[in-house]
Amino acid sequence: MSTPTAPDAIYRNDEGLGIWEHRGKVAAVGVGHAPTSRRWDGRPETCVGAITIDALRKAIDDAGVAPNQIDGLVVVPVTTTGAFWEQGKPLPMDVIQSFNQTDDPLDGVAKLSAEWLLANMPELTNVQFTMYGPGCMSNALNVTAQAVGDGLTHTCLVVKSWHNFEGRYYQGGANAGDAIPGTPAITQLWGGPASYSTALQFAEYCRKYGKNHEMMAPFMENSRRNGLMFPEGYWAQHRPEKLLPEDYLASRWIAKPANLFDNDIPIMMSGAYLFSTSERAQDMKQKPVYILNHASSNTRPRSLLPTLDEVEADTARTARKIYEGAGITADDLSFENMYDGFSLFHQFHLEGLGYRGIKFGEALDFYQTDISIEGPNPVSPSGGNVGSGRSRVWMHTDCIQQLQGRAGPRQVTGVKPEVGVSGGPMPLGGNFTVWSASPD
Amino acid sequence: MTKQGVEPDSFSQPFWDAANEKRLVIQSCVDCDILQHPPTDTCRDCDSDALEWKQVSGRGKIYNYGVVHDCPVRLLQQDQPFNLAVIMLDEDPGIQMYSHLPGVPVDDVPVGAAVEVIFEPSANGQLVPEWRVIDE
Repeated sequence: MSTPTAPDAIYRNDEGLGIWEHRGKVAAVGVGHAPTSRRWDGRPETCVGAITIDALRKAIDDAGVAPNQIDGLVVVPVTTTGAFWEQGKPLPMDVIQSFNQTDDPLDGVAKLSAEWLLANMPELTNVQFTMYGPGCMSNALNVTAQAVGDGLTHTCLVVKSWHNFEGRYYQGGANAGDAIPGTPAITQLWGGPASYSTALQFAEYCRKYGKNHEMMAPFMENSRRNGLMFPEGYWAQHRPEKLLPEDYLASRWIAKPANLFDNDIPIMMSGAYLFSTSERAQDMKQKPVYILNHASSNTRPRSLLPTLDEVEADTARTARKIYEGAGITADDLSFENMYDGFSLFHQFHLEGLGYRGIKFGEALDFYQTDISIEGPNPVSPSGGNVGSGRSRVWMHTDCIQQLQGRAGPRQVTGVKPEVGVSGGPMPLGGNFTVWSASPD
Repeated sequence: MTKQGVEPDSFSQPFWDAANEKRLVIQSCVDCDILQHPPTDTCRDCDSDALEWKQVSGRGKIYNYGVVHDCPVRLLQQDQPFNLAVIMLDEDPGIQMYSHLPGVPVDDVPVGAAVEVIFEPSANGQLVPEWRVIDE
């Protein structure tokens, strides 16, 4: 079996598509997370393949499904946080030989194939459908929802994992060299870090609307607070430290106006879900969470970086797609879990959604109000990547757990959890899912 | 600031050859007459592969900037913190180019100011487009 990459047609990129044809007919049931760590320690049992198996088995167990009932597997094949296995570095043969291998020795160490997973999960005897949803869990969720709805699989696992090796983020490879090839040089000679583009969008936003970086502090504090109530997350597991406004604002700049905490911390992690048809989900162990819609944005900026105008136009367009396909309005959202992997763009997602009626330029003022899980306007109850480390998964897990009523101390109490939205990553380009406690 | 050297490939050779002649060229679609940067194999608007390099005036405006304190590129780390600005071309403000804005104090960047292209040697001598603030 050779696993294909999801075709473009599987994503709902366009406006005017109407209600999603599978609205309420697909459900998420099981959730599984492996323990997190800051970096790989070199042991077989903690390599990215091993933690992925762990997360998948937990999702199966959580859903209460027999492994032989599973007939689908959707995988995000790229697992890097920005760390790559250096060319010429000796392969970790003890790790590689601990698993059944594919023809790529770094499979399970620095990347993941569906074939590797199936070779190492012999209990999955009935998987007939495999597909790659490249990029993020957000992509893979869209692929999974559509595949289940289309009948390509009826009980499907979906997984996203991350590996993080030694060394500083993105500082190896070409960035360490004295010269680079001419084509990438046209844009990469100037040395902007990963958060630079978002920092510039935020700078333009502040100039246009008269806001400032200090206004981010309540959002950051709230996100870490929520993250510390996320037992699956990195900060809760390893560094249970609050993020006070004074600590946030005193941290060093990376690409001003983005500071250290505005950049999510790279970690090892794996998160998995079990999706099924709504009908089959009724017999599973957890309460089904219904998918009302999935929507995507494939917009590219005109030139090097998205301008604020481009960002605002696209987040508004994305929101229209989200609401149209789900048959809801902004008023139906109980909470939002849009992406925050650079914290300085979360407000773009919020404003595009019109969450709680906020308009462009108003989100940072909204952050100064009660955005806690106890209040009427919860913002990022998952805590996102700010609260639990880089995964782009927490937001989805939280939507499922909130709507199942098992988010524990993170459970929203100021609103009745009925409909949530999650997705990302960037304001231009992203994949989004609308979750509901009810199929209607 | 000395940037990494550049090893032109066949695709980028015209851009870098022009830079060595102190000319700024931008990719343009022959069919729809639209500039695009960064350059790609096909026109982002009409998907035509009939692309050419068009010389532009080398005049623009500072659109936006940030200050880099933690740069992933080793050769630039000794110069941290440094300005990293985005320039919009006068011919088409939708076209952006990066600049370290030589001579402009760190974090004291006049957003909106007029700039003109200059060319600076990189680590291997290849000239690279940069931008300096000018009086209009």
